[in-house]
Amino acid sequence: MDWLAALGRGGLAVSARLGRANLLMLAMLGGLAELVRRPRLLLEQLMSVGVLTVLIIAVSGVFVGMVLGLQGYYILSRFGAEATLGVMVAASLVRELGPVVTALLFAGRAGSALAAEIGLMKATEQLSGLEMMAVNPQHRVLTPRLVAGILSMPLLAALFSMLGVYGGWFVGVGLLGVDDGTYWAQMQSQIDWYEDVGNGVIKSVVFGVVCTWIAIFQGYDCVPTSEGVSRATTRTVVHSSLAVLGLDFVLTALMFN
Amino acid sequence: MATRLSRHGHEVPAQHHRLITSPMSRPPPSEDILVRIRGLKFYRGQRAIFDGVDIDIPRGGVTAIMGPSGTGKTTLLKLIGGQLTPDAGTIEVDGQEVHALSTRELYRLRMRMGMLFQSGALLTDLNVFDNVAYPLREHTKLNPSMTRKLVLMKLEAVGLRGAHQLMPSELSGGMARRVALARAIALDPMMIMYDEPFTGQDPISMGVLVQLIRRLNDAARISSIVVSHDVAETCEIADLVYVISNGKVIESGSPQALHEGGGEWTRQFMGGLADGPVPFHYPAPGLESDLFGESA
Amino acid sequence: MSKTRQIEIWVGAFIAAGFLALFFLAMQVSNLGTVNSGDSYTVLARFDNIGGLKVKSPVTLAGVEVGRVLDIYYDAEDFRAVAVLGIYSQYDTIPDDTFAKILTAGLLGEQYVGLDPGGSEQVLKEGSEIAVTQSALVLEEVIGQFIYGKAQEGAN
Repeated sequence: MDWLAALGRGGLAVSARLGRANLLMLAMLGGLAELVRRPRLLLEQLMSVGVLTVLIIAVSGVFVGMVLGLQGYYILSRFGAEATLGVMVAASLVRELGPVVTALLFAGRAGSALAAEIGLMKATEQLSGLEMMAVNPQHRVLTPRLVAGILSMPLLAALFSMLGVYGGWFVGVGLLGVDDGTYWAQMQSQIDWYEDVGNGVIKSVVFGVVCTWIAIFQGYDCVPTSEGVSRATTRTVVHSSLAVLGLDFVLTALMFN
Repeated sequence: MATRLSRHGHEVPAQHHRLITSPMSRPPPSEDILVRIRGLKFYRGQRAIFDGVDIDIPRGGVTAIMGPSGTGKTTLLKLIGGQLTPDAGTIEVDGQEVHALSTRELYRLRMRMGMLFQSGALLTDLNVFDNVAYPLREHTKLNPSMTRKLVLMKLEAVGLRGAHQLMPSELSGGMARRVALARAIALDPMMIMYDEPFTGQDPISMGVLVQLIRRLNDAARISSIVVSHDVAETCEIADLVYVISNGKVIESGSPQALHEGGGEWTRQFMGGLADGPVPFHYPAPGLESDLFGESA
Repeated sequence: MSKTRQIEIWVGAFIAAGFLALFFLAMQVSNLGTVNSGDSYTVLARFDNIGGLKVKSPVTLAGVEVGRVLDIYYDAEDFRAVAVLGIYSQYDTIPDDTFAKILTAGLLGEQYVGLDPGGSEQVLKEGSEIAVTQSALVLEEVIGQFIYGKAQEGAN
């Protein structure tokens, strides 16, 4: 009986949290009109959410591409199909690794920072303070962060994929002697603009919404103590990663079946 | 009337608090009531934070709400400011029922309320000047030079005009609270709510804050609500004191009257006595039986 | 340089780099750069069996890609498959008695439509129909015919 009660309690807590997350989303969407009038708020957040994440994305992109080039070459050369190395590198990056790895890195770099920042603002009563100054903190503080996250993610994912393709090119063409023209030509003939690149962009937009939403919600919903903030950042990374991987499966099944 | 308290609020027999008037008490500055709280009930989970509280806060005076830690004093300020919604009862501020207002009206009302948070609640990414200018830029269309003059005047009032370039992280706790006070008065509100203004302050900044609250109240005709458990400082400036404990108003009156004529509990609280109606010992079986008796 | 200006420059650079990367993915990595976008005219071709032909499979003439398969549907009246071929408009001198057949690239590769030009003076236009077609080779049928042929030989 006890475990049944525990299950019920857990279920209720989860659905209550989901409800609060949805209400928060609605409240943030209500701040969009205000954001249009104050683009500067968005600019600041693009800086901290987007620009500061570029470095880790760029470095990871190059290395992931290089590894793909290396591994791909060894496998493909067994079948005498080194010519399709470009296709393999580009397809894995554009369809899967670009959006997914970018989202995972984003959750670790920008998401945890967002959660901690908002959690601290809550713990130090800055959010309450804004409210008592007759400023809606959800509109003023949260909406710009949400929009910045959603805008940044596809750009970051595109950067990741581009640098990855060059990383694979560096290893495949530069070090292992795949023909330069073949690398690009095979890629271009096999990768479809809409089906591969477009779906990758759609994926990364969805991940952008989910990761930023989770980070903001965890920060906003945290227990306003130092322990609560640290738990919120941990939860942000764990929940975002799980959500990204789960959603990736669903999206892939929907898009490429 | 029994004011003896057990540890559980619902066992308090007194339904109506004692209003003590003594000839020595300062009369409230006017009979005009700014904040009127009736039958306020607020629960957090199963626990009653407020269980039927009536409070009248007169306009133009310094009203103190006192009580031990954890009696929901901060919660009371948040209820008045409309950040929390009561489970029952009404709160009127300046004739408007706070929780019946639309969001827009509530925000308009809040522009006329200032609140000083315990931590100051300064925005950490803005410097002192921008923090004080924030409500002005937000709610008025003043030009930059006018804003600058106003901000510097407000900072002058709290003695921190020279610190306007500092970041909040460079301020001491007392200075941060004074900056927050300058921000709270930026829009010339009709009232300011102080949340534990004296907690964690050294004697000098405490004295400065005591002075400031009284001066702002008298000079700028701003009504003040001070929530605190620092008895001495609060009594120094308060015109009217409400003592709350276990979700109820226990007593109210002028500071002197409470010192002299308060019930047993109030005397313990005001005097800071270790033992009294609130026992020193947490309820336990006898020491002897605990030490030498059968182990449970 | 003021702090906001610095932020503006950084954010501007970030957005520019992001869009550059998207543009790169579109033009350099995917087929958007090589697709003859937009202008094409459609020609119908009926096949008894289209085998593994798919929408977007290439249409070639003398090995050069001159179009793509836009749509494939089944015509319930004559029980045949109709492939709608989009021929790029610069190839506007293909004779209307051209022969269309479904071919396979390599032994197990993708299937595509190959055109064999005829000798007519008239050219294919929007909405024309290719009269002579050859269906896809279905491996089982080929093998089946081969075995049947061998059996016949043995019987004789």
